[in-house]
Order: sequence, then structure tokens, then C-alpha cells
Amino acid sequence: MNIVVCVKQVPDTWAERKLRSEDKTLDRESVDGVINELDEYAIEESLRIKEAHDGEVTVLTMGPEKAAESIRKALSMGADKAVHLVDDALHGSDVLQTSYAMAQVLRKIGFDVVILGSESTDARMGALAAMLAERLGVAQLSLANKVEIDGGTIRTQRVADYGFDRVEASLPAVVSVVEKINEPRYPSFKGIMAAKKKPVDKLGVADADIDAAKVGLTGAATEVVDFVAAPPREKGTIVKDEGDGGQKVAEFLASKKFI
Amino acid sequence: MAPDRKLDPVDFLNLDAQLGDEERLIRDTVCTFVADKVTPHIADWFEHGRFPVELAGEVAQLGLLGMHLRGYGCAGTNAVSYGLACTELEAADSGLRSFVSVQGSLAMFPIWKHGSEEQKAEWLPRMAAGEVIGCFGLTEPDHGSDPADMRTYAKRDGSDWILNGTKMWITNGSIADLAVVWAQTDEGIRGFLVPRGTPGFSAHDIEQKLSLRASVTSELVLDDVRLPADAVLPEVAGLRGPLSCLSEARFGILWGAVGAARTCYEAALEYATTRVQFGKPIGAFQLTQEKLAWMLVELGKAQLLALHLGRLKDSGGLRPQQVSFGKMNNVRIALDIARQARTILGANGVTLEYPVIRHMNNLESVLTYEGTQEIHTLVLGEAITGLSAYR
Ligand SMILES: Cc1cc2nc3c(=O)[nH]c(=O)nc-3n(C[C@H](O)[C@H](O)[C@H](O)COP(=O)(O)OP(=O)(O)OC[C@H]3O[C@@H](n4cnc5c(N)ncnc54)[C@H](O)[C@@H]3O)c2cc1C
Repeated sequence: MNIVVCVKQVPDTWAERKLRSEDKTLDRESVDGVINELDEYAIEESLRIKEAHDGEVTVLTMGPEKAAESIRKALSMGADKAVHLVDDALHGSDVLQTSYAMAQVLRKIGFDVVILGSESTDARMGALAAMLAERLGVAQLSLANKVEIDGGTIRTQRVADYGFDRVEASLPAVVSVVEKINEPRYPSFKGIMAAKKKPVDKLGVADADIDAAKVGLTGAATEVVDFVAAPPREKGTIVKDEGDGGQKVAEFLASKKFI
Repeated sequence: MAPDRKLDPVDFLNLDAQLGDEERLIRDTVCTFVADKVTPHIADWFEHGRFPVELAGEVAQLGLLGMHLRGYGCAGTNAVSYGLACTELEAADSGLRSFVSVQGSLAMFPIWKHGSEEQKAEWLPRMAAGEVIGCFGLTEPDHGSDPADMRTYAKRDGSDWILNGTKMWITNGSIADLAVVWAQTDEGIRGFLVPRGTPGFSAHDIEQKLSLRASVTSELVLDDVRLPADAVLPEVAGLRGPLSCLSEARFGILWGAVGAARTCYEAALEYATTRVQFGKPIGAFQLTQEKLAWMLVELGKAQLLALHLGRLKDSGGLRPQQVSFGKMNNVRIALDIARQARTILGANGVTLEYPVIRHMNNLESVLTYEGTQEIHTLVLGEAITGLSAYR
């Protein structure tokens, strides 16, 4: 089975994140990059599918040179090889353009199942899986917290407000996973040592038959018009418990519309 | 690196940039593992004097056990990676690092270095997998710094050996499946592999220990223990055997101490910037800043020293006396940093709610084991004067 897992490098969620004043895109250089948390679940799920059904896991990453660190980590966890789509022309692509570029690569490398996290912690669009499936003309199984493959059929459990749906499709398909679908493994030291020998195929836009005019900041369908820095956090409210602490806390939560 | 990047208060000298991708990934993996599985529980384990033996499997799965050895199921990383792993483990607790040091450097290493092919194949893969836990018995009740004079004796009986004696202060002793025991013989000091359950062999925990509480320390009793001929490590005789292991373990300790120091410094820094007295954060007072700046500089020097010795080891040029230099400096400084940090935390500094006093107490053991400060001082004294001052 040919399993492709999409892995995005995002700025460390704990770090202070900034937009660059010159083009209003995320400053990816000044902060540490980490694997998008939901993608770690996707990696784990792809490895479990491989272990259960045999096959090969390919990491697909679109991102700057620096994203190679995240590819390394995914390979250390046990993925077999990687494709790194890296080209200055891609800088500033929005989700529509990203889905176009990644679909081009997926057409080229082929797949039985594509797995990805249901959203990234930086842009939080949550639309890539649907767009990829649409462009590739295959089924999308979204928000999965359970994945089973049986011959040419894939069954997932889709989380919903009311519980979950059982969803079934035939392969090939695109699956997006949610948090807690599994417990991602730590890379083992042997895995880390082996990772540097695993093939990483670096592709530019031309190598992947991507039309450079259809990607990048200038052609993006969405535009960041303006941004302001988040206001500093206000001082917390301390509630003194004089027998009515519970009520005061409830009132506070209600005033903030949390309850 | 972008020039506008903030100075990192912990990696002030940007040593991170001196590490390779693989080294960084190993460090980060241990750091994450420890944050997930150890830090949330360590105060509790320490308070109750419990070593979390159930973690051994997971620690092994990462590849931590015997990580710097090649073959036999070991990961085969470089020495710097081993050091970085020790730093991250000891940033959580010296007890956990002790477990890993003893398993890899004191129990697996002698078999790997001085064992027969059969011994290696029999024990090393299971030890790397955490299925067999090892310990290292050198110290005796009456022979600590001066092990050459040990009393434990192995006498030939036909092709068998009969061992008698007592070993003291043995880390992992009562949880070990295999003890590497050093004993006097007619041919000098030799190493023996003593499996748990061998008749006449028993282990008893040392109670009422106020340091390394999340680590097992035991007494080993050998009472007419009969071992077959193939229980002896064939490739070494003399004090060189145990000393070669100690040099490996001390290398890990000099990195580990950096982790304990770092945690104490971080706790003090965080506390100093949030605790308000006399209307301002205590970190705004010059006396506190002097302490913090001193810690920063000593921590940075210890980090540099560890990395330098690691690079020397990887290039094959590290001498035991240089390891003494590192062990002596880094453990002493770590303990001093812990004590300074303790003062900044005031009363909070004496509770297990903060990591400082736990590290401080642990470091008292680390200062003593694997060669006391005094002994390493004498090693250096001898190295530079050519005159031995031990006796
Ligand atoms: C928690 C813990 C775990 C341990 N784990 C192990 C283990 O796994 N395996 C093992 O074999 N051992 C282990 N040890 C033992 C440790 O290695 C010894 O405690 C250490 O070598 C010191 O020996 P000692 O305690 O007998 O002190 P001593 O040797 O009696 O020393 C007492 C004091 O005298 C000083 N001194 C001794 N000789 C001289 C000299 N010539 N000049 C100046 N000063 C001198 C020492 O520096 C020290 O300050 C452990 C100890 C502890 C506390």
C-alpha cells in the first residue's frame, strides 16, 4: 500500500509568532519550527496502517528549506521516504494554491491513501483535505478518530458534535485525522540514525508540473489586508472565596459568555 | 540565524548551533519524553522513595540503554548525543539519569568491552531492550575511594569460581537481573557476571536515603556464590577493568549535571521575575541579579566544557584525566547553582513543589559517586605534577 502523509512545519505554538511587515506573511525564520501537532497523529496513523498492511509511507511536505527538519523527524519516526516541495515561487501561497501544488505532486508520485491532520496550528484553514480530494477526484474522509482499511475499502469514524459518523469509501482516498486518534510514537534513536539515509526527493515547481503563475503571494485568492499585534494579556481576576466563591466564579464565566 | 532573535537565557552562548541535526533530534526526543512521562510525577516518586521501574521499557524503546555502544541491538550514537541525552534525563532527575548511566556505561559497557562473544550475544540485546536490568558492584562497605584494596574474593574451584564478599551503595542492586561484580582473584581484580537468583547471592535496599530517592541503592551479599568458568569477563584483569567503565559513566555524569543545574537556574530565573517583594520583582534587586548572572556564566561554562569533552571523545582523543576535569567541575558547579537557586526561591525552595531542593539533594550523591571531588582533585594533581598524593 502506498501511503502518503502530508506534514507541515509550523512555528512552535509556544513561541511568540510574528507576521513580516514587508509582505504580511508569517515570519518562519525567526522562530523554531515544529511538526504541526495534528500531523504527528497523521504520521502515527500512517505508520500503523503500514505495519498492519505492509506498504510504504511517503512524507509530503511543502515549505521552505527549514522544513527539512520536520521531514527528518517524520522519517525518524518510521516513514520510508519523503518528497519536499520547495521553491521560492511558492512563498505566500494560500490554501487554494497549496492544494493545487500538492495535488500536482500527489498525481506525480501516486497514492492509495493520503493522510493529513485536519488543520494546521498556524493558518487554521482546515480546508486542505477537502480541496485535495476534490482536485484529485477521490473520496474525502474528514475528521477521523479511527481508521480501518480492508482490501480496497477504507472505513473511518468521523467525530461530530452529536457523537460520530461511520464513513466508508473505496481507495484511493484522502483522510484527515483529529487529535487523540492515537498516541504518536517518539522517534527512536535507531530511527533517528537511519533517517539520514532515507531518500528525500526535493522538487521545485517545474519538477512537479506546477504552473508558477498559479502559486505564490501575488496570485493568491486571499489577501492579508492588515494586522495588529495581539494586545498584552490583561491582569487576571482573583476571586476571594468568602463562602460564595463558586457563585462568583460562575458569574465571571457567565459574564465572559463561557457558560 | 536571524540577528534580531532574542538572546536565549538558557542557551545564552547559542551552543545549539554547534549541534548536528541528529544530535538535536535525539536531545529533543529525550526532552519531550521526559516532559511527558517523568516531570509530572517525579516529585511524587522522590517523596515516596520509588524508582519507576515500569519506565524501563519505554526508556529502552527510545534507544537510551547502551545508546553509545555499537551492535547487539544498541543504537550506536556518537558521544555528544549520549551526553545530550544525559543532560535531558538529569534535567528531570539525577535518579533517572543514574539508572541509564548504570545500565549503559557500567553494566553493558564492561560486557561490550571486556566480554566474550557469547556473553555479549547472551546479555547485550536484552539489556538494550530493557528486559534485563544490570548493576555494577565495585564499592564495598570498607572500600570506597580505594577499591584496589577490596575484600570481595573469587576463588577457583576446579573450573568454577566461588565468590564471597559484600558490595555497598549499588545503584539498581535489588532490581537488577544481572550484577557485574568486581572481585579480587589470584590474577588481580576481575569482573564476574552474576545473574539474579544465583544461590548465595542477595540484594537489600539501603533505606533512609535523603538523596537520589527516585533511584534504587542496595547492598549486594555474596555468600559462597558458585559461578561457572564462563561467568568471568575474559578480556580484562586489574583495576583497569572497572576504571574503564567509570570513565564512560563519568562522561555521562558531567553532561547530566548540566541538566540538573539548568533546571535549578530556570526555576530561579522564573521565580525571580514573578515573585514581588518591596514592590518589585526580586529579580530587579542587584543581589538577585548577581546570583542569576553568576549561575548563567557557570552554567554556560559547564555546557561548553561538556560539549568540548564530547567532541574530544568523538574524535577519539579523550583522556580519563580530562573526564575527571569535567566531572569535578560540572558536578561542583551544579551543586553550587542548586544552592544559589534555593536561596532565590526562599521558603518555596525547600519544598518538592519546585525542583530545586530535590536536585540539590540528588547532587550530593553525584558529587560523591564515581569518584569524589577530592579524588578527582588528586587525579588532576597527579596529572600535572607527576606526583601521586593518594597515600
Ligand atoms: C546514591 C549512591 C549510588 C552509588 N552507586 C554505586 C554503584 O552503582 N556502584 C558502586 O560500585 N558504587 C556506587 N556508589 C558508591 C560510591 O562510588 C562511593 O560512595 C564513592 O566512591 C566514595 O566512597 P565512600 O563513600 O566509601 O567514601 P570514602 O572513600 O570513605 O571517602 C570519604 C571521604 O574521604 C575522602 N577521601 C578518601 N580518600 C582520600 C584521599 N586519599 N585524599 C583525600 N580525601 C580522601 C573522600 O573524598 C570523601 O570525602 C554509590 C554511592 C551513592 C551515594
